[in-house]
Amino acid sequence: MTTTALQVNGIAKRFGALTALRDVTLHVDKGEVLGLIGDNGAGKSTLIKILCGYHRPDAGDIIVDGTPVVLRSVDHARSLGIDTVYQDLALINELSVYHNMFLNRELIRWPLLSNRVMRRRAAEHLKDMGVNIPDVTVEVAKLSGGQRQAIAVARSVYSDARVLLLDEPLAAMGAKEGALILDLIRDLKRRGSVSVIIIAHNYAQVLDVCDRVNLLQHGRITFDKRATDTSLEELTELVVAEYRRPR
Amino acid sequence: MARFADAFLRRREASVLLVALGLMVYFRAVSDVFLTKDNLINIAQATAPTAIVAVGIVLLLVSGEIDLSVGIVAAFAPFLLHFAIDFYNVPALLAFVIALAIAAFIGLINGLIVTKLHVASFVVTLGTFFAVQGLLLITSHAYPVPIPESMKGRFQTWIGAGPWASIIWALIIVAIFHVVLTRTRWGLHTISVGGNPVGATEAGIRASRIKIGNFMITSALGGLVGIMEAARINTIDPNIGGGTTLTFYAISAAVIGGTALAGGSGTVAGAFLGALVLAELQNGFNLIGYSANTIYLILGLAILASMIANQYLSRLRRAGRT
Repeated sequence: MTTTALQVNGIAKRFGALTALRDVTLHVDKGEVLGLIGDNGAGKSTLIKILCGYHRPDAGDIIVDGTPVVLRSVDHARSLGIDTVYQDLALINELSVYHNMFLNRELIRWPLLSNRVMRRRAAEHLKDMGVNIPDVTVEVAKLSGGQRQAIAVARSVYSDARVLLLDEPLAAMGAKEGALILDLIRDLKRRGSVSVIIIAHNYAQVLDVCDRVNLLQHGRITFDKRATDTSLEELTELVVAEYRRPR
Repeated sequence: MARFADAFLRRREASVLLVALGLMVYFRAVSDVFLTKDNLINIAQATAPTAIVAVGIVLLLVSGEIDLSVGIVAAFAPFLLHFAIDFYNVPALLAFVIALAIAAFIGLINGLIVTKLHVASFVVTLGTFFAVQGLLLITSHAYPVPIPESMKGRFQTWIGAGPWASIIWALIIVAIFHVVLTRTRWGLHTISVGGNPVGATEAGIRASRIKIGNFMITSALGGLVGIMEAARINTIDPNIGGGTTLTFYAISAAVIGGTALAGGSGTVAGAFLGALVLAELQNGFNLIGYSANTIYLILGLAILASMIANQYLSRLRRAGRT
């Protein structure tokens, strides 16, 4: 029985002339929350999109639960228990809240959608999370940024994922909604069954909620420490130092 | 009562239904024959082909694509039927299935080029339009032929020659695809792919598969309409029963019915009402005694007016309370 939920070795990815990832090696243990920080353009989102099956890496191995895999598609990654909250949220504006929450995981009573069941469960999930959306039949287009983000996160959290990838889940959040998402991650951590990789720019929040922190720079992981062994000053210094050095 | 009225008016189909009913009242007032049985059959037979093709067009517009070739596929399909029956002795029903399958295959080609080679569907289907037109004129030598003997009788009546046959088919097809678009996974994914292509793919929806499927449905429906029209007029004519007119009518019906060209939203029932409005306009002005040329002008203006009205109404709806 291995304790590593997800391990990647030597991942590289190029887009034409642009090298997004050179040689990324990282892992996340079962029930662990890993914070991934780095500059804009360091390749964080590309890495997430490789881990969730959206992009294929040019080189490197992905090992899920001790088994090497080639992620063929987002569907395939999902079937292995890897689920993602994208930076752009991947919500469909024209669809209702509950259809978005069950997007591509719809409950069916062939040939029709089980709308009533989905409506009820979506409302329950959001209530459990403490998200205040009075009517789940509303089009997502009519919601605020924070509400949209909460729906995107709720969708992945309630998908029975074993590895959850969160690409800047706090970006569009007000203080209250941000706390809500952080609470949710803490709750997941307490349950211990889900591993989380979270990209964030707010290092205080990262230290607050993560077990371990990795820094991604120029397509490589250049820093790996437990959250308790580092500090806000050290993290800020690491990122800013690079900017100061050439001066 | 007010709540019912409010709920009704916020349905996308409401405005076009009111227009269809209004036209009915107006033409009944100016012409005694408008609502006679014979004339209703005329209107029904004019509505059905447009409505059936518009069903496919709605699916494509909602998924963010368009098909300009469907009308020429409609013209080609009855010839395929004729070739199969008269040259290869295929039984009529099997030939019918083969013709629809070949029509669907043209849709498959459209879909594959659009999704795999990333060419805009407007351009791709413009290309297929001319290519199929070429095939049609080469194989038919541009001459009309009578419908095959083995097609006559019950098959011909049921498929399109019976006075109410085509409109019944249209209603069945509209009902089925209205449910498909609003109540099934396929419909939900069609909306997703057109509404947010990147997001839908990120959620694991296979956008290519949805789009290719909708191209195939549209082409097959086009083929069906071509065969229905051939059965109705008892002739297979390369120059009528399809081409650009059918395509443009179907797109107009879809848009009048409330389907946005931008993708992500649309209604099949609305497209049926759109086709009804077009048929009413053409039939009604004909009865009043306008010449065919004048009717084109009126039709054009009516289409523009209803599209502008629709744009305005849907903006109001979107801004409305929830």
